[in-house]
Amino acid sequence: MTRKVVIVGAGVVGAACAFHATAAGMDVTVIDRGPVGAGTTSRGEGNILVSDKEPGPELSLARLSRTLWEEAAQEVGPETIELEPKGGLVVASTEESLRSLNAFAARQAACGVRVEPVEHVRDLEPHLAAGLPGGVHYPQDAQVQPVLAAAALLDAAVARGARLLTGEVTAAAADRGGRVTGVLTASGDVLQADAVINAAGTWGGEVGRRLGAPIEVLPRRGFVLVTEPLPPMVHHKVYSADYVANVASSDEGLETSCVVEGTRGGTILIGASRERVGFDMTPNPAVLTTLAAQACRLFPSLKKVHLIRAYRGFRPYCPDHLPVIGPDPRLPQVVHACGHEGAGIGLAPATGALVTAHLLGHPWHGADPAAYTGLLPDRFFTQGGASK
Amino acid sequence: MSELLDLVVVGAGPAGMAAAAAAAAGGLRVVLVDSGTAVGGQFWRHPPEHARSAIPTKDLHHGLRQYRTLCDALAAGQAAGRLELRLAHHVWSVVRDGDGFAIHMVDRRDAPREAATILRAPRICVATGAYDRQLPFPGWDLPGVLTIGGLQALLKGGGVAAGSRVVLGGTGPFLLPVAAGLAARGVQVVTVCEAARPTGWLRHPGPLLRNPGKWLEAAGYAAALARHRIPIRPRTAIISAEGGARVTSVRIASLTSDGRPRPATERRIDVDAVGVGWGFVPQLDLLIPLGCALTTSADGNSVIAVDGGQRTSVTGVYVAGEACGVGGAALAVSEGRLAAESILADIGAPPVLGRQRLAAVRAAVASQRAFGRALGLAHPVPPAWSSWLTDDTVVCRCEEVSAATVRSACSDGGAQDHRQVKQLTRAGMGWCQGRMCGPAVHCLTSHERAYTPAERIVATPVTLGALARLDEQPSTSHE
Repeated sequence: MTRKVVIVGAGVVGAACAFHATAAGMDVTVIDRGPVGAGTTSRGEGNILVSDKEPGPELSLARLSRTLWEEAAQEVGPETIELEPKGGLVVASTEESLRSLNAFAARQAACGVRVEPVEHVRDLEPHLAAGLPGGVHYPQDAQVQPVLAAAALLDAAVARGARLLTGEVTAAAADRGGRVTGVLTASGDVLQADAVINAAGTWGGEVGRRLGAPIEVLPRRGFVLVTEPLPPMVHHKVYSADYVANVASSDEGLETSCVVEGTRGGTILIGASRERVGFDMTPNPAVLTTLAAQACRLFPSLKKVHLIRAYRGFRPYCPDHLPVIGPDPRLPQVVHACGHEGAGIGLAPATGALVTAHLLGHPWHGADPAAYTGLLPDRFFTQGGASK
Repeated sequence: MSELLDLVVVGAGPAGMAAAAAAAAGGLRVVLVDSGTAVGGQFWRHPPEHARSAIPTKDLHHGLRQYRTLCDALAAGQAAGRLELRLAHHVWSVVRDGDGFAIHMVDRRDAPREAATILRAPRICVATGAYDRQLPFPGWDLPGVLTIGGLQALLKGGGVAAGSRVVLGGTGPFLLPVAAGLAARGVQVVTVCEAARPTGWLRHPGPLLRNPGKWLEAAGYAAALARHRIPIRPRTAIISAEGGARVTSVRIASLTSDGRPRPATERRIDVDAVGVGWGFVPQLDLLIPLGCALTTSADGNSVIAVDGGQRTSVTGVYVAGEACGVGGAALAVSEGRLAAESILADIGAPPVLGRQRLAAVRAAVASQRAFGRALGLAHPVPPAWSSWLTDDTVVCRCEEVSAATVRSACSDGGAQDHRQVKQLTRAGMGWCQGRMCGPAVHCLTSHERAYTPAERIVATPVTLGALARLDEQPSTSHE
């Protein structure tokens, strides 16, 4: 059994890996060059979604993760992480998109997702625009405050003996046979480990390279708009049916599809744009105006509401838009847990459990490695270890 | 003329007025944008045009001759068709656009109606000034507790005295004109609490001696304060305010050398208004997202780094006034002129100022900057100011985050700067986006580093409807 584990990355995925690995009795060190949850974790909306997932390994992981978020909340306190089982409402703008939405939902239902077709969407969200033909309600969709959630999972791990270090991993430490025995840091320290978890999110490609196990994880930029605080007016996570198509799209350019939801603080968050522009931080007012226009079409009463802030981040995506979770076939002591694109918050606990299961060699909290072979890094490599 | 702009100047205070006037005089086509309804900025704030004759403010101002000269120069630029004023326009974002910049604005001339528009220009000069730095203390969120800048704005902009019996506190020379102005309008200024030691200047006497104008200005205010029998209490601070629906009293105390209240020196004073100011925070919201390099200023702020000609590290972006270091209106005017000269030189246009006058402006900038630095060093934020805070003192007023919550985010949550505190506590996530509490949260988390505000890619709130219309009618709204 693996005893000593170094987790690279103190975002929500790294925190969830630490949470589960310490629960399994492992000796865990989490290392990050920055503070807890300062990367992509702090740049999203805190989505825990089953509604946007195609049937397949990711949906299966999302369903497990939904249960494990509940389980984690029991331990750390649902208030601590602001877990809100608010449910999602996907709305169609045309009869045609409603038909494809219903067909999509039926396939999800066959995989065990709870779906409730909604004829009158304004019964659930009174501020929605008039004339929308219908939608689907997904009661399992939920939300957490991601930085608080990452911090709470790490706190629980630390209470079970994990250490949290600030530092930058520069390379893997290896024995004469080339077997990874830990990591080297920029300050010259060696952290011994039986396994190294690459939970570096958008920077997972770079960390993989440094560890000698490169994988392709690329940034996909997204903006989120934040309004002034308001009395509650959006109760679910509401998004347009186009969103699902955009999440799965491989187009290079800008894509926007409106996602609107309220927060505890009273602000309304409006996403979600997707651009492949590398790590370019330059603000793009055109994206903000497009998102604003889409949100106002969905909720006309937002026209008079002030935008007070916008932020952006970089979703980590793999070429096939699935996360990469499992031991690297070239260096089995390196276990990847990144590339979750926009779903990292939702998928974090199941990722932590699945990584722990890989380390243990047997299922852990419902995560059975045999059920998730489609997420292994092996899919990117030929038998000899070359990239496909 | 917007089609063929050479320059957009953001901010029509002393620096922006000087930059726009000089650039227009040099033959450039300039748009001068300001969120206010008149030029002058905070320093030369005036009542609205229609009320000016009814509300005398002449005696509240300093450097009015300069103001009139600049107003005349702007009018000349307008008459020549080279300068356009865009008042009641709020710039919410400036981004690179081809070889130049796109300046995204909201036109609020018909407020509350908002119209989003875009200007494009190859160069911008940002002169967005600064606002009062605030440090929280118990009771600072009571109605009647204002910034000294706010008190001054009410006086200059509307002839309104915010109270009848007032105590002022904080640090820095700005306390003096505010006290003098209030007294001139019949307000009883009970005392002015200056946290700094009067000997603080003696450690850096050079800049003061080289700026005799500042001496005279200070002497003038001192005489006014003496005439109204307003005592200035050095090494004293307002440590709490009390009241119910409104402030009714403050407690002041003498400070130890690090800024703790001295035991048994507390005094309670009845008031109906309080003014507080701890120096200024430069307004950098448009500049940080552009990637302009920062430097540390003596007053503890990060400011925009500029070269000898007010050029920032980003080609085509010039800064004048407090955004590149707090130093007052005279310095701001000089910097505005310098910026305009650099812009002319960078385009290859002939200068407005002759060589001798340009050298004189450069010398004035150097000497006034040295004065600004000395000012920052002589009037620091007292290191132990946070000892005034109780656990339940609100630090972030928008999100109602207490001092205890901020402290525990640092001690238990491991937060090392105001951004992390924000993520863990919501301090700075509300309406003001940390513009008020940012410096205080910063001081509570890290004493050593300069305060760099959070990046705000939306520099001023703007309605989603205005943005949506811009998206839907790109051809009519883009200029």
